[in-house]
Amino acid sequence: MIAGRSHKARILGSIGLYGAVAAYVIFALFPLFWTLKISVTPQSLLYSEGITLWPSSATWENYKTVLRATDFPRYFLNSVIVSVVTAVLVTIIASAAGYAMSRFSFRGKTTVAVTLLLTQTFPLVMVIPPIYRIMGELGLTNSLTGLIIIYTAFNIAFATFLMQSFFDGIPKDLEEAAMIDGCSRSQALRRVIIPLTLPGMGATLGFVFTAAWSELLFALMLISSDSQKTFAVGLLTFIGKFAVDWGQMMAASVLALIPACLFFGFLQRYLVTGLTAGAVKG
Amino acid sequence: MASVTITNVQKNYGAMNVLSAVDLSIADGEFVVLVGPSGCGKSTLLRMIAGLEEISAGEIRIGERVVNDVAPKDRDIAMVFQSYALYPHMDVASNMGFSLLLRKTAKDLVFDRVGAAAKRLGLDVFLQRLPRQLSGGQRQRVAMGRAIVRDPQVFLFDEPLSNLDAKLRVHMRTEIKALHQQLKTTSVYVTHDQVEAMTMADRIVVMHDGVIQQVGTPLELYDHPANLFVAGFIGSPGMNFLPAVVNRRDVKVEAQLSDGQTIALNAELPVEDGERITLGIRPENIEVGSSDALEVKIQVIEPLGLSTQFYTTLADVQVCIYAMGRTDRKPGDAMRIGIRAGDVHVFNPATGQRIDPAA
Ligand SMILES: Nc1ncnc2c1ncn2[C@@H]1O[C@H](COP(=O)(O)OP(=O)(O)O)[C@@H](O)[C@H]1O
Ligand SMILES: [Mg+2]
Repeated sequence: MIAGRSHKARILGSIGLYGAVAAYVIFALFPLFWTLKISVTPQSLLYSEGITLWPSSATWENYKTVLRATDFPRYFLNSVIVSVVTAVLVTIIASAAGYAMSRFSFRGKTTVAVTLLLTQTFPLVMVIPPIYRIMGELGLTNSLTGLIIIYTAFNIAFATFLMQSFFDGIPKDLEEAAMIDGCSRSQALRRVIIPLTLPGMGATLGFVFTAAWSELLFALMLISSDSQKTFAVGLLTFIGKFAVDWGQMMAASVLALIPACLFFGFLQRYLVTGLTAGAVKG
Repeated sequence: MASVTITNVQKNYGAMNVLSAVDLSIADGEFVVLVGPSGCGKSTLLRMIAGLEEISAGEIRIGERVVNDVAPKDRDIAMVFQSYALYPHMDVASNMGFSLLLRKTAKDLVFDRVGAAAKRLGLDVFLQRLPRQLSGGQRQRVAMGRAIVRDPQVFLFDEPLSNLDAKLRVHMRTEIKALHQQLKTTSVYVTHDQVEAMTMADRIVVMHDGVIQQVGTPLELYDHPANLFVAGFIGSPGMNFLPAVVNRRDVKVEAQLSDGQTIALNAELPVEDGERITLGIRPENIEVGSSDALEVKIQVIEPLGLSTQFYTTLADVQVCIYAMGRTDRKPGDAMRIGIRAGDVHVFNPATGQRIDPAA
């Protein structure tokens, strides 16, 4: 706060600030709230009650149906497998690549960086047909492995740049000090650099997990059998030929939010430091 | 402890040459300061001694051993970085003990050595703190502590004090010097600050554009600067330089300034009549109010209490004069000054080299 301003002006300032934050939060969370609301609205009240903030009677019925009577648990598990494996793979590869890009100068470094950047500029729709062909030849359509490979490939460029920026944020001096103190380069990496990059790895893990978790396009194109569907594709099965089962669809959506929330809750400690790392000089 | 011998060492980054043919012998136990303006290659040379930078040509020995291809960890050196480079995730004790643990030193010995070093540096109450919980001065001490627990052959310092405030810098300067007098470990200390160099060094190495300009004790450099660069770099306030032409008449030699005034020179100087020279005169070697004298015009007066600094013009050149005591003169006044022939440094303006009286 600026010193010397009147008490009243300061209070008004606070109200303005918190008002703006509250408005933004409401704006961002309202769709989530609406999803939640519809998921607990009984089928019978969905169209009859008009637009209300909360149904006159709430029910868990939709959740029960989704969990017991549909394939949703299967989709959910598939999504967890695909997202976790992708996030871990990408983080490992991107950490190694980001370290190399940050610390070494090697022939073709610029070419590699530009190529990585270029891959980010193609509209995905453009590459779907060739990828479908390639995966078909390899027998990787309709398989979670295929999805993992594609998600990994598509996330590596961004993740590498992200990791590179985290490594760039760690002064070279630290490694050099470690090497003078008696470390080999790999020891310096293990004992000094990696512990300091954990927040960055956490952030990368989080971003890639979310990207894979909510990916629809490739999953839709490549997966056909029910047993291999991820939940994003699975959600579409609630759209029937004649009607959309909104209640169940929203219940499934709410369930799908849980792992993402858990994941970020777990990573939060790292994320806060991770996203600000390098902002201040250590 | 060990000597460090640098023979014909060069460094190129691609086509760019940053160090050319550096030769330097540092004796066992000596405290040598590399000094020069930013970008002259001091850090590069230090980092080559440390093994952090490859040696493009030439040879570096620590003791008897050629270390060109020895990894930093096997050179038995310790280095204090400008940024301190403390490990942010380790507490002070672990930072200081890291090198010993890597050498598989017994835990209780590590504990003792870290404890002793911490005590010596006044860090004993901070051992459990993380670097970010320390002030700049305390971090600097931890960096020093990390170097001394090692008991290495050579200490390397790269501008270790430049992130401290002026007062602390002066304090740490004496402390590092005292530490060296106790430990007597060979030390190479890089700084761009000539005052730091003068106050700390056994010997100073002045560098400029990747070339060693002169090596000598602080007073050797001060009294006999080998060229215009060293003359201008060492000393604060800096040496005054005046262009002049030689007047040689029989046994008398004078330097004539552009306004016609003359300054007597040592008759033994090997200079010809009519030769162009550059005079170098230290501010404190100019005598104020002298009788047989030159005349200068006062522009600015800086009273320092103990002494007074005059900024004057002589033959259209700004000349700084450092006089003890106080003055009641005013800016704009003319003032008479005297300069003894023995206090005038003479340089060849084309080569910049010092011209000494024939012996
Ligand atoms: N990695 C590098 N690549 C290219 N040039 C460099 C590199 N490191 C230093 N230099 C150049 O070498 C010269 C000497 O640098 P340095 O030794 O750091 O100077 P100082 O420590 O005396 O300020 C500078 O001109 C600098 O630009
Ligand atoms: Mg430097």
